[in-house]
Amino acid sequence: MDLERETNPTGPTPLTTPVVTNFVAAAEPAGPEGGESPIREFLKNRGSGGFADKTFAGVMLVCALSIFAIVLFILTILVMRSRLTIAQFGFRFFMRSAWDPVSGDFGALPFIFGTLATSLLALAMAVPLALGVAVFLSEFCPAKLRPPISFLTEMLAAIPSVVYGLWAVFVLVPIMRDQLGPLLLKYLGWTGFFEGYNFGVGLLTASIILAIMILPIISSITRDIMLAVPTSQREAVLALGATRWEMIRTGVLRNARIGIVGAVILGLGRALGETMAVTMVIGNHPDISKSLFAPANTLASVIAGEFSEATTDLYLSALIEIGLALFLVTIVVNAIARALVWAVTRGTPARAL
Amino acid sequence: MSANPLFSPPMSGDGPPPRRPIDVRSRWIRFNSVRRTVVSHLITVLAALSTVVVIVPLVAILGYLLYMGASSLNLAFFTHIPAPIGERGGGMANAMVGSGIVLALASSMGIPVGIAAGVYLAEFGRGKTLAMAVRFTADVLNGVPSIVMGIAIYSLIVMPQKHFSAFAGGVALAIMMVPTVARTTEEMLATVPHAIREAALGLGVPKWRTVISVSLKTASPGIITGCMLAFARVAGETAPLLFTALGNQFWSYKLNEPIAALPLQIYAYALSPYDEFHRLAWAGSLVLILMIMVAVTLVRIYASRGILKGAS
Repeated sequence: MDLERETNPTGPTPLTTPVVTNFVAAAEPAGPEGGESPIREFLKNRGSGGFADKTFAGVMLVCALSIFAIVLFILTILVMRSRLTIAQFGFRFFMRSAWDPVSGDFGALPFIFGTLATSLLALAMAVPLALGVAVFLSEFCPAKLRPPISFLTEMLAAIPSVVYGLWAVFVLVPIMRDQLGPLLLKYLGWTGFFEGYNFGVGLLTASIILAIMILPIISSITRDIMLAVPTSQREAVLALGATRWEMIRTGVLRNARIGIVGAVILGLGRALGETMAVTMVIGNHPDISKSLFAPANTLASVIAGEFSEATTDLYLSALIEIGLALFLVTIVVNAIARALVWAVTRGTPARAL
Repeated sequence: MSANPLFSPPMSGDGPPPRRPIDVRSRWIRFNSVRRTVVSHLITVLAALSTVVVIVPLVAILGYLLYMGASSLNLAFFTHIPAPIGERGGGMANAMVGSGIVLALASSMGIPVGIAAGVYLAEFGRGKTLAMAVRFTADVLNGVPSIVMGIAIYSLIVMPQKHFSAFAGGVALAIMMVPTVARTTEEMLATVPHAIREAALGLGVPKWRTVISVSLKTASPGIITGCMLAFARVAGETAPLLFTALGNQFWSYKLNEPIAALPLQIYAYALSPYDEFHRLAWAGSLVLILMIMVAVTLVRIYASRGILKGAS
């Protein structure tokens, strides 16, 4: 402020005058006299001293490090709160199939089975379809149709889990019980995967709703990865006389395969941790059964379903240890997936899905 | 060099006789090209078909939700608290207010930290290993199941306090917002041209001031939409609230008490055996989805107008 008064005694500088001229003019009289130049003084008054900058950078750094802190804090607190079962059952906790809260006998095997079965089944259903959608959207789709379809898939990725669950309870479960279930029993009953009484809720229903939920995620990431393959690759293959499918197979899919695997693993991570919709339709029973009609339970759904009933410390500790296992597994799965997706789409912004 | 029979000049007299050029009309080649074309078309049809197979049920879900929600929505839904079991009527006014309180709490904690972390990643951590690690951790944290956040916050806040609270729910959601906001902020700041920053720095503006008044200001539309996306994402979260906010059948504004939330109420009502509660659950879902869709649509509109690209 001092600066302006010295150089412009007549009034404020018109806006059109470049600011730089003021600085140069001010430097002349003050320079030779020694001491602080007005420029330096001016800058100091505006807070350009190292202090403000360093504080600001420090605060930003602390906030960035808080992301590490969150992960560490979750890990520590879960380990601390589950030490009862860790001490009592040790690593065998994950290999025992007993789950008897009354007598205090706990094992996580049924839930690990349920999680793996539903997630893998969901992937088996979702991945081929998602690949088809991604190929269609990135290679075949008329330009006019592309925005509405990708808008729709984005919309569906934004629907909350509990709403999918609500739909599943009132629409999917009756369909499974009255139409699809008997059909499967009639034609595929000989495989032994469709036995027992069909309640409508169970492994298969949970897998179907999971597949519906992870489809938009896998297909939109796969589409992004396919679009990241340079057009020159496609043109080169086409110029060699390839048909469209050969172009997609050799020019696009082969180049994008790492990223596609990453997208699939990302979908797997989502499926492993999906809680609400699965809890609502899986039947919530700690069973290991070959039949896909049988009610089951996943790691996430047992926590959601039984946490409020956990009356004893051991029970609570067992549920928290299941949460710890879920945390570690999803961290590993997501780390692998991110590394693969990053390897392909490096440079282009990651999507915040 | 006469290796390629198609391009070699015709030879005369001595030397080996020229090889016959490939007959493109031979039966084998014709069959092969027909096969390739058929396969190509088949794949096209398959891809289109799978898109239809995916789109149809998804549209059906949306349509069914809209139908059920719209037919059960009424004014009482927005003004009344849940009716006791067996009585007709009632609404979810307290759940909507509760959701608002918890989300406001979460945003006020999660968004500043997220933006600051994004600023670090984009402005201070360019090319540093630490920034890479933070970025990676944020992406991984993004994929951690929300129920894990719920039990972590339960262990941290609810267990020592011995009661459920709106505050605990807010913290759980805030933790989920941080990585999303940080990553979108970083991406948006990365689109701000360097020339603008350099212009500010060249005028003697200190770095912190440059970041706040130039970089953040230029990227602000994008950052705001990113925050809205994060908000929309946690708005529908149920799992982290199950053991933190718990839910409440009555009015509650206190941060230190259990509070109702829309997703929690939908969950509770969906699993209840009463038709009246099912009706409320559908109406609640519609309101929740409309809220989220408005946010997502705004983001889409802004993104398509290129405002997200910053000042370029």
